[in-house]
Amino acid sequence: MRCKNNILFIETDLTKKEIPAKMNELKKIAEKKITQIDLDAVKIIDSAGVAFLDELQQKFSKPDLINLSPEIERTHKIFSSLTLPKPQQSIKENFFVKIGESLLGFWQTAKKAVYLLADIFFWSFVGIVDRKGHRKGSVISQSLLIGVDALGIIGLLSFILGLILALQSAAQLRQFGANIFVADLMAVSMVTEMGPLLTSIILAGRSGSAIASEIATMKVTEELDALKMMAINPIRYVVVPKFHAMTLCIPLLVIMATLIGILGGLIIAITYLDISVVAFVNRVFDVITFKDAAVGIGKSFFFAWTIVIIGSYYGFTASGGAEGVGKVTTKSVVASIFWIIILDALNSLIFYF
Amino acid sequence: MKKEPIISTRGLVAKYGDATILKNIDIDIFPGEITVILGGSGCGKTTLIKNILRLFQPFSGEVKIFGQEVTQLDEPEFDRILSKIGMLFQNGALLNSMSIFDNIAIPLEQHTKLSPEIIKKIIRVKLNLVNLAKAEKLMPSELSGGMKKRAALARAIALDPEILVCDEPSAGLDPLTSASLDELILNLKKLLKMTIVIVTHELASIHRIADKIIFLDAGKVLFSGTLTAAKKSEIPEIKSFFEIGSF
Ligand SMILES: Nc1ncnc2c1ncn2[C@@H]1O[C@H](COP(=O)(O)OP(=O)(O)OP(=O)(O)O)[C@@H](O)[C@H]1O
Ligand SMILES: [Mg+2]
Repeated sequence: MRCKNNILFIETDLTKKEIPAKMNELKKIAEKKITQIDLDAVKIIDSAGVAFLDELQQKFSKPDLINLSPEIERTHKIFSSLTLPKPQQSIKENFFVKIGESLLGFWQTAKKAVYLLADIFFWSFVGIVDRKGHRKGSVISQSLLIGVDALGIIGLLSFILGLILALQSAAQLRQFGANIFVADLMAVSMVTEMGPLLTSIILAGRSGSAIASEIATMKVTEELDALKMMAINPIRYVVVPKFHAMTLCIPLLVIMATLIGILGGLIIAITYLDISVVAFVNRVFDVITFKDAAVGIGKSFFFAWTIVIIGSYYGFTASGGAEGVGKVTTKSVVASIFWIIILDALNSLIFYF
Repeated sequence: MKKEPIISTRGLVAKYGDATILKNIDIDIFPGEITVILGGSGCGKTTLIKNILRLFQPFSGEVKIFGQEVTQLDEPEFDRILSKIGMLFQNGALLNSMSIFDNIAIPLEQHTKLSPEIIKKIIRVKLNLVNLAKAEKLMPSELSGGMKKRAALARAIALDPEILVCDEPSAGLDPLTSASLDELILNLKKLLKMTIVIVTHELASIHRIADKIIFLDAGKVLFSGTLTAAKKSEIPEIKSFFEIGSF
């Protein structure tokens, strides 16, 4: 670029390759006064070149373009942004407006969640007797998905957890010669806390995310709308089978996790603390009360329902495309684990305080 | 002097698993022309394009782009070729997590060293060309089907590619928007000397823009030649296409 008599001569083509260098040169001549831009030497121009000319025209109070070939002129006409209407500026929102909005948003969310909760419970109870609006075999296939497929991971993790718990306490108990109390410890902790909690948290990660992402995908791809248009209630068709399957599976999974966890403890007791199998088992049955077992299994139902309801809730609120699905899936897992732990705390307050 | 084809395939065979979709395709696409690929729904038009651009690896045969055999090319070298090609996918394929503006900015930011002001200007112009000036801040999920397609076209032409490939650009558009899109495509060809390959069924737009026609049927090339020759063709499928206007 060369500047002479207030005329700026462009001496190369104006394409994407040349523009970055040209923008740098522009800084050097920023102070000059330019009334005309000579494009005689420009043979090729593309949209980046036109954008550059627009930039020049804005910087230097609209100099005229001279000596353009007809082709360049036509390309310029197509790609010039100067004739476009100015983009609208977005209005900045007041701080208090924002607070109000978020409060309102929270209220709306809570309201929707409660409605959904009522809907799901209602249709689930109706669904026990009235099988209309269910897909055939869906409870079984969901149970396989939620329950059977999770057997391996839940079994393995509760076994390891049992081993760890027993091993950690064994070292302490042995110092006092209180070896046999490892059975008490394992029984109480697995039955009342570890079994239900571990199972629910694994299920929240495994099935909760699956529920949320499945429903969210159906939402963003208009599948739920399609169901509605076929006069099918999406909650009955999609959520209720999951709700039933979860309700069926969770007590079985919890019982299994608890037993395997205690088995882990038994192995430590035999190998490390020299307790006989019979003594350990007798002790376990002495310690466990009916109340402990009932509360442990009872609360796991609530955990299961929490998982289904939160997963479906976030699924139904998904919007946007694939990235919306990812977002609600993450949120649903975090929320389910949070509420499971809160519920667990409430449960302890009610029954053991 | 005869022009060299800018894209050509010889004996191209495409399969999905065991199903052979394209058998022995030989086509030539010449620079600076608008080539329209025709054929019934499901006959393999999208498959042909994807195999040429190596989104699927062709089963056998050769593909030349810019005179270079590409089926065995290394990734980086092929990327250099791809950066000179713009593609409009049948369903848009905008990145859902970004606004329309950011979607169009992707190729500009990744493949050029242009400054943000220039990029912004280019994006506004390209959006205006496809009649979407007001949509730049919206997310893809907030657009209608036809708007998505136009936004995707704006992204495909962001870099002024030498070859533009469009899979059904005007499906789902009203006749006026569709006509203005044809106008734009003609301008791109005339002013930027772009080579354009279009899959479309719209007879009106074929009449307006096509230089060459390639007609696919049952995995084979049934006809390949100029629009005038296609209109005079005695091949029954092609005759009925131009008479009925659709399948
Ligand atoms: N990913 C895939 N896997 C297996 N088969 C496929 C796949 N994509 C397409 N097909 C099959 O290949 C054939 C050709 O599909 P293609 O999408 O190329 O058709 P098309 O000519 O573009 O049709 P349309 O005009 O409807 O877009 C179809 O029979 C389809 O079933
Ligand atoms: Mg197709």
